[in-house]
Amino acid sequence: MPKMNMVQAINLGLFQEMSKDDSVVVLGEDVGVDEGVFRVTAGLLEKYGEDRVIDTPLAESGIFGTSIGMALAGLKPVCEMQFSGFSYLITHQLEGHASRFRSRSQGDWTVPLVVRMPYGGGVRAMEHHSESREALYATIPGVKVVIPSTPRNARALIVAAVRDPDPVIFMEPKRSYRAFREEVPEEEEVMEIGKAQVVHEGDDITVISWGAMMRPTIQTVDKIGEKLGKKVELIDLLTVSPMDSITITESVKKTGRCVIVQEAPKNMGVASEIIARINDKVLMYLEAPVKRVTNYDVVTPYFGRETNYFPTPDRIYRAIEETLNF
Amino acid sequence: MPKKEIGKFSVSYMQILDETGKVDTKLEPKINNKDLLAMYRWMVLSREADQRMINMQRQGRIGTMGPSTGQEAAHVIPAYLMNEKDWFVGAFREAGARLVRGETIAQALLFYNGFEEGNKKPKEYRTLPVSIIVGAQTLHAVGIGYAVKYRGEKDTAVVTFMGDGATSEGDFHEALNFAGVWQAPVVFICQNNQWAISLPRHKQTKAETIAQKAIAYGIPGIQVDGNDPLAMYVASKEALDRARSGGGPTFIEAVTYRLMMHTTADDPKKYRTEEEVDEWKQKDPLPRFQKYLEGKGIWDAKKEEALVNEIKSEVDAAVKEFEDLKELPAEACFDHVFGTKHVDIEEQRMEFLDDQKRGTDNA
Repeated sequence: MPKMNMVQAINLGLFQEMSKDDSVVVLGEDVGVDEGVFRVTAGLLEKYGEDRVIDTPLAESGIFGTSIGMALAGLKPVCEMQFSGFSYLITHQLEGHASRFRSRSQGDWTVPLVVRMPYGGGVRAMEHHSESREALYATIPGVKVVIPSTPRNARALIVAAVRDPDPVIFMEPKRSYRAFREEVPEEEEVMEIGKAQVVHEGDDITVISWGAMMRPTIQTVDKIGEKLGKKVELIDLLTVSPMDSITITESVKKTGRCVIVQEAPKNMGVASEIIARINDKVLMYLEAPVKRVTNYDVVTPYFGRETNYFPTPDRIYRAIEETLNF
Repeated sequence: MPKKEIGKFSVSYMQILDETGKVDTKLEPKINNKDLLAMYRWMVLSREADQRMINMQRQGRIGTMGPSTGQEAAHVIPAYLMNEKDWFVGAFREAGARLVRGETIAQALLFYNGFEEGNKKPKEYRTLPVSIIVGAQTLHAVGIGYAVKYRGEKDTAVVTFMGDGATSEGDFHEALNFAGVWQAPVVFICQNNQWAISLPRHKQTKAETIAQKAIAYGIPGIQVDGNDPLAMYVASKEALDRARSGGGPTFIEAVTYRLMMHTTADDPKKYRTEEEVDEWKQKDPLPRFQKYLEGKGIWDAKKEEALVNEIKSEVDAAVKEFEDLKELPAEACFDHVFGTKHVDIEEQRMEFLDDQKRGTDNA
C-alpha cells in the first residue's frame, strides 16, 4: 500500500469518485487552476475539465446555495470552503434549506452534497483560520458532520460523504494535512458515516477524541500505558453528528471512566453532548466524573499564543491520571 | 491617460395593455384565443382561491398565508409559458403560478395549515416547494441551471421568483453574478410589489429601477408593467426562449402591487394609505385583461358570470377535499431527517409515540 498524507488521501478519494460517477462535480474558490489552497483538489481540473471542477466567484453562500440547486437537480456537488472560518456565510442556506428539503417535501426533494472545509488551529495562520466550530453545524438536524483524523480514514470517509444521500459537512483538520503519512489502499475503501472507531481496546478508561486532537491524544495514551500500566480504550469519534452513542456507551460501561479531548472551547461543545449521552445511558457504571480537556471559552487567540490554548499532551495526561485515581 | 466614458447602459420599460385597456398594437403579441382564455381563467382562479384562503385564515380554519391578489399577471403568465421540462423555483407569493404548475388548492390549504404534505409533489413536476427565506431560492435556481447546462438538456429553462425586498439580500446578488458568469439558463422574475412588509420600495434601494441591477452582472434586464398580462407574456417568452436556446439568464422586474396584506398576520393600514391602494386598484390586472378579451370579442358579462360560478364551485370542492382529509400521522417528522435510518432518531420516535400515548394525564 502506498503511504500518503491526508491531502493526497482526500485527493485520491475525490479522483476515484469523480471517475466512477459523472454527477460528481467539485466547486469553490481556487479549486481548479490553483488546485485548492492546500492542493486537495490537485490534478482534478486537468483530468475532469472545467465543467466538473469549477473555479467559482468569491462568494461562500453562492457556492453553497448553487450546490444545493445542483444537488436538487441530480448532481453530487463537493464544494469547498477555503477555510472553515469563511463558512459562516453558508449557515443560513444550510439551516434554512440544505438540511430541510428532505423533511419539507417529505422525501421528494433531497440535497446530497458535501461541503469540505479545513478547520482548526496549529498552522500559525491569520485570524479566522484556526477555529473548531464543529458544534455549530452539529446542532442542525438533517446535517451530518464528519471529521477524519488520519489519511486512511479521511479517504474512506470522503468517499462515504460523496455517496451519502444527505448534506455532509466534511471538516478537515488542516494541522494534520501534511503532518504524517499512512498507508492508504489504492483500491476502494469506504467507512460508514455515523460510526465511531475503537482505535485501541482497553479496560481501565475510555478516552474519546476526533480530528486533529487524535494525535496528541494517541501520544498521551501510549504514555499512560508505559508509565501507569493502565489500558486505555481510545475512541476516534469520526462522525460528530449523528453521533455514535452505542460505541461510546458500550465502552464506558466496560471502563467506568472517561476523558474527552476536544480542540474547540468547552462551552456547548461536542464533549458536552458526549457527557449527556453517558449520563442518559450508563451513569450508574461510572466510577469517576467524566472529564473534558478542551480549549477555553475565549475568542480563538491569534497564532502567537494559540499553542497555549489547545489541549496539550500534558493536560490530557493529567486529566486521564486524575480520572484513573478518582 | 484621459478620463473617458467606457460604458453606457440603459434600461427599457415595456407596457402593451395599459390600465384603461388600450393596446399598443405594434407590440401586441399574437396569442390564440384558447391560450388567452386559459391564462385569464388561471388568474381568476388564483384570485378566488386567495380571497377564500384569507377568509379561512380569519375563521381559524388555516394558519398564516401570504396573499398574491393583484399580482396574478406577474406570475401566472410566465408559469403558463413554462413547459414540463422547465424548472419552477418560487418564493412564496406566486400562488397562481403554482396552480398552473399542477399544485392543487387543497394542497395549498394543507401547506397553509401547517403540514409538509402540502409540499408533496413528484419530482417530475420540477416545481420546488415554497421558499420562505427571502432571496435564498435564487441561488438554488442558478445551481439547477448549471446542472441543466452540464447535462446538456435542451430546451429547458429555470424560472425563479423573488420580491423587491429580496433584491437587497446578498444571495440575490450572488445568484445574478453566478448566473451571469455561468450563463445559466435562468429567468429571474422580480415581483416588485412596492412593499416588503412595511418597507416601501424607495427605502429598499436608491436605484431608480430594480431592472438596472442586472446590468452590473452582465445580464439582460427589463422593467415590465407586471399588471399587464400582454407585456408579461412578451417579456417572459423572450426570456424563456433565450434561456432554452443557450442564451443565458434574463432579469425581469415586474412592476406590480400587493393589494392585500403581506401575510394575514399584519395590517397594511399601519404603513400605507388607502388612497395609494385605491390608485393601484385602478391598475388591477384582472379587469384589464377582461377588457382586452371583451375587445377581442371573446368575452362578455355572461361568460364572466359563468366562469366566476364555476370557479367558486371549484374552490368549494377544494376546501371540502382539504377538510375531509384524514388526520395525518403525528410522527411523520421522524421519517425524513436523513435518507437512512439512525438509531437515535428511531429511539426518539419511540419516546415520542410513548409520550403521545400517555397524553396529558398529569398536567
